[in-house]
Amino acid sequence: MSSNYRNPSLRLCTQYSLLMEMSSLQLHLSLAPSPFKPKYLSHFLCPTLRFRSIPVASLSKNAISISQSHENGFVQNGAPEEFSDSLPEGLLRELMPTHVAVIMDGNRRWARMRGLPIGSGYEAGARTLRRLVELCCKWGIKVLTVFAFSSNNWFRPKVETDFLMGLFERGLRDELENFIKAGIRISVIGDSTKLPKPVQILITDAMEVTKNNSRLHLIVAVNYSGQNDIVQACQSIALKVKDGVVKPEDINEFLIERELETNCTDFPCPDLLIRTSGELRISNFLLWQLAFTELYFTHSHWPDFGDDEFLEALRSFQQRQRRYGGRDS
Amino acid sequence: MENKIESYARSSVGSLVNHMRRLLFRVLSTGPIPNHIAFILDGNRRYAKKQNLGEGMGHRAGFVTLMSLMKYCYELGVKYVTVYAFSIDNFKRRPEEVQSLMDLMLEKIEGLLKEESIVNQYGVRVYFVGNLKLLNAPVRDAAEKVMKATANNNKSILLICVAYTSTDEITHAAQEAIDEKWGEIQESSKASIAQNGEISQEKHEGNRTIKVADIERHIYMGVAPDPDILVRTSGETRLSNFLLWQTSTCLLYSPKALWPEIGLRHLVWAVLNFQRVHPYLEKRRKQV
Repeated sequence: MSSNYRNPSLRLCTQYSLLMEMSSLQLHLSLAPSPFKPKYLSHFLCPTLRFRSIPVASLSKNAISISQSHENGFVQNGAPEEFSDSLPEGLLRELMPTHVAVIMDGNRRWARMRGLPIGSGYEAGARTLRRLVELCCKWGIKVLTVFAFSSNNWFRPKVETDFLMGLFERGLRDELENFIKAGIRISVIGDSTKLPKPVQILITDAMEVTKNNSRLHLIVAVNYSGQNDIVQACQSIALKVKDGVVKPEDINEFLIERELETNCTDFPCPDLLIRTSGELRISNFLLWQLAFTELYFTHSHWPDFGDDEFLEALRSFQQRQRRYGGRDS
Repeated sequence: MENKIESYARSSVGSLVNHMRRLLFRVLSTGPIPNHIAFILDGNRRYAKKQNLGEGMGHRAGFVTLMSLMKYCYELGVKYVTVYAFSIDNFKRRPEEVQSLMDLMLEKIEGLLKEESIVNQYGVRVYFVGNLKLLNAPVRDAAEKVMKATANNNKSILLICVAYTSTDEITHAAQEAIDEKWGEIQESSKASIAQNGEISQEKHEGNRTIKVADIERHIYMGVAPDPDILVRTSGETRLSNFLLWQTSTCLLYSPKALWPEIGLRHLVWAVLNFQRVHPYLEKRRKQV
């Protein structure tokens, strides 16, 4: 019952199909030796139709990044984006995660350790996030989801939550220009109705203005709870049942996944989840979507999570053996 | 003569080890003890390869380890133990492997009914959690027999997840919750029509929406509280579609040892880490 975009054999098959395309052989998706029939093609756009327009010269270097990035500027302007020389040593292009999720934990502890006010911790964290977004763009990661504010964080002192909301508003306003220039699409998931009105308006504008960007999809989880995400998906399905669009016996995992807030992207399930500051738990973040995600925990606090730590996380990810319950170990 | 001395020495050492273990558990019990520990039994096939055992022998060794870990947990005072025995995704494996796992499960499930099994020793109530319709009839019947036979035990609980994935569990709970809501709406609409000849929409609006509690009422694992510790062996750090809904604030522990190599020291280390984070998590839980 796993969805196809998690299935590595189907991804490998698109690489295979690409190479066959280059030697002008007829190819069908049904040749793919995947245990699953590719029922949900809308979630995994048919590569045969997409890649005919791509110049052959770019295929040899970027075969795998193409199969993962069918949403980017390729089809629109026909020019390939340059990824091949920007990966640091020790990382393989074909093993890069498509979707990385981050729990940015430890800002307050970082500030306390240095005798700084809590606000400085959050500001340092914002700078680290900016750097991570740059790295993801540079290294060809397609989706980055960050856990900015949990539903449980409202229990923090009001001074702190007000500061966080202000930081979020300022950050969004100041960075919007850069996002547009860099081709970053921004989405916000979570219950934004509880956020201050100016922030809500800013979010709606930012999402609208950047909706056609495709270099990197930055998903910010604000006032988000994994359980509430699943419940709101069930509520949408319940409404569809009431309206007769869906029969109760047709409710399946695919239907629920399509209603989750991560349906704004074609890759809702992270390949890698990073949590900083040494805490070993998920804390109600992306519960459904983390079914087969590789988890990486580091002791560094979030403001200290720099290029080296991210590289280490990616190296660790590339060494993992992902079996999805199936293949021999 | 020598055999007698040997067996005497063995039993003395055995009882000394038992005493030491009970002493260790008494020391650990001065701090909070987890109420529920969940295990992902990963690494059996790699263990078999490493030890040059035959096909399927890794899982047999894993079963022996499971029995000792369960014993330690119940002695320590952990009330609920959950194990991820067989995932729906595991049906993707080679048919021979799946069949041999099913045969092993049948053998061990029937073994649980015997007098001397751990279930009777520790008064364990057994639940089989998952989409049992996907199992073959003999395994399903044996599972149901064990559930009925242990229904009156209440000292400890063992939850065996077979033909289980968390996404399937949540989907099933959602289906039932929606069916229930749909039934309620239809009934209350009928009642309203009978009373005043028209349906009052606003009154029923609040009851129409599905809530967290509705899902939790129908979830397979609803018979147990959320786990306090999730242990996944063999060094893999992922959930593999296990207890996604329930492990939101659970401590995740992934020792590098393969499942058949897991021992008391890993359990003790997991409990010590649990005791370290417990005060913070309790505070958070009380806030919510």
